[in-house]
Amino acid sequence: MSVAIPNVPARTSRRRGILTSRKGRVGFAILLALIAIAAFAPLIAPHDPNAIDAARILAPPDLAHPFGSDALGRDVLSRVIYAYRVSLGVAVGSTLLAFLFGVPLGLYAGYHGGWVDTLIMRPIDMVLALPALLLAVALIAIIGPGSDVALLAIAVIYLPILARVVRSSTLVVASQTYVEAARARGTPSRRIITRHVLPNAIGPAIVQATILMGFALQIEAALSFLGLGAQPPTSSLGVMLADGRDFLTQAPWIEIFPGVAIAITVLAFNFFGDGLRTRLDPRGVAR
Amino acid sequence: MSPRGRFIVRRLLLAIPVIVVMSVFVFLMIHLVPGDPVQTMLGFRATPHNVATVREQLGLDRPLLAQYLTWAGGLLHGDFGQDFISHAPVSTLLAQRLPVTIELTLLSMTLAVLVGVPLGVRAAARPGAVRHLSEGLVIAGIAIADFWLGIMLVLLFAGIWQVLPPSGYVPLLKDPIQNLRYLALPVVSLAFGETAYILRTTRGAMDEVLGTPYISFLRAKGIRERRIVYRHALRNAAAPIVTVVGIQFGVLLGGAIVIESLFALPGVGRLIVTSIQQRNYVVVQGGVLVVAALFILVTLLTDVLVGWLDPRIEEGAAA
Repeated sequence: MSVAIPNVPARTSRRRGILTSRKGRVGFAILLALIAIAAFAPLIAPHDPNAIDAARILAPPDLAHPFGSDALGRDVLSRVIYAYRVSLGVAVGSTLLAFLFGVPLGLYAGYHGGWVDTLIMRPIDMVLALPALLLAVALIAIIGPGSDVALLAIAVIYLPILARVVRSSTLVVASQTYVEAARARGTPSRRIITRHVLPNAIGPAIVQATILMGFALQIEAALSFLGLGAQPPTSSLGVMLADGRDFLTQAPWIEIFPGVAIAITVLAFNFFGDGLRTRLDPRGVAR
Repeated sequence: MSPRGRFIVRRLLLAIPVIVVMSVFVFLMIHLVPGDPVQTMLGFRATPHNVATVREQLGLDRPLLAQYLTWAGGLLHGDFGQDFISHAPVSTLLAQRLPVTIELTLLSMTLAVLVGVPLGVRAAARPGAVRHLSEGLVIAGIAIADFWLGIMLVLLFAGIWQVLPPSGYVPLLKDPIQNLRYLALPVVSLAFGETAYILRTTRGAMDEVLGTPYISFLRAKGIRERRIVYRHALRNAAAPIVTVVGIQFGVLLGGAIVIESLFALPGVGRLIVTSIQQRNYVVVQGGVLVVAALFILVTLLTDVLVGWLDPRIEEGAAA
């Protein structure tokens, strides 16, 4: 099936902004705020996240502690902010790592086809034939738990997805006349790939990676909740959820707020990714 | 052989290399553990004598290829090795736990299909309130992590209203009613995101089919809208829905690892997690292998079913 990719006028349209939808702009704004919270955690957190206060054990939310206190009397809001920093770091890091390796692989497989394609894509399809979370858990079983291992594991399950997306958009771009023309002119294939194919084929992968970044936060939380991600004293949102479980009915605020933080982040990345689609993945808009 | 038969055989043959490669990966797990896996497994109990005994038991002192062949040969006979903590055969552990995981994932998928498909069809057929509702459900399904939903459901149903147990398990054959009471919250937690996904897929597929000329033709013929939607359109939208159900089964199997741990369900997922914590690698290997094989089997069945629903796929494969 050949679908014509509209020749996106690169410079002229950029001035009107890359986010054409309101949903996309809302997502972007929320993301900026969340990234700022993570980046400036020490300035924003109202209390020391590790300060133990015997007088405030499992204390409900009040003005000074809007998210309440945990089993050691520590301020939940401050703890969420610091844990969020770790979780977001893992989510962004893992997706970027997968992008960095997945995009070139998909690009080469799609452009060269033939045995190069087989050599690259067969192992990738093998990985896709396994349940993603099972694969992540199996990797952690080998290397041992930790937030850096969780980052790596998420990257491993994301890489095949991104490679597949890039490969299919590369197949379309590589059959375009301008690529054929470049080839006829005798342009070296490396130059064709970096100059002509990559810029036109990478859009859908950027959209996909943006959305995956949000879901990475859910995966990180799940792994940490199982005790397979971040290890004490490092706290991530999943670690908080695991720690607060025993006090669920007495102090539900310990469990509610980390989950809400995850949900907001997933949605923001989703909206932002969808917003990018209009410009970066015009064929995917209808979906 | 008919094209349909050829397609099925071809698909079966394609599954073999996947299973072989997966078994190699699972086999190598124990060898990829940094340091000495036996030392790590035994921890403080590791006297040089113990280490040597366990290493010999596991056959780790033999050449790699010979080890793999013995191990894979054992698998073919249902021998998954021995749990070095309880000394029970791993196959026995898996046989006890697999039914729980299968029941959990099957019930979740059934619930997701039973809610997601009709809502998706209605959202496509009659835009309006249902469409808005479905939009909200899809957004919630994306945003809410399954295990966090599980925690919140425990808070409400077990903590505040106290109508369902917070965790635990009773076997289905022992007491079906209690069994369902224990599974209600895990199933809903696992099914929620899936429902949203299936709803969205169904709605998309139905939107597409309902826009085609032959539907307009059926309408022009005066056939009742209900009949058009359910008899004609849904049948043609079935292939993508079935495909998604098959793929998403893997997501459920992965999610089951977390949900089983959260609700203390004695399934394979929880077995894997506790075995990782105990560095009980032989059991981890068995668990990973069984869950992966289950998923490969499901995708296989899905592909055959989709080929049956959509004959164009067979032709494409036979060409």
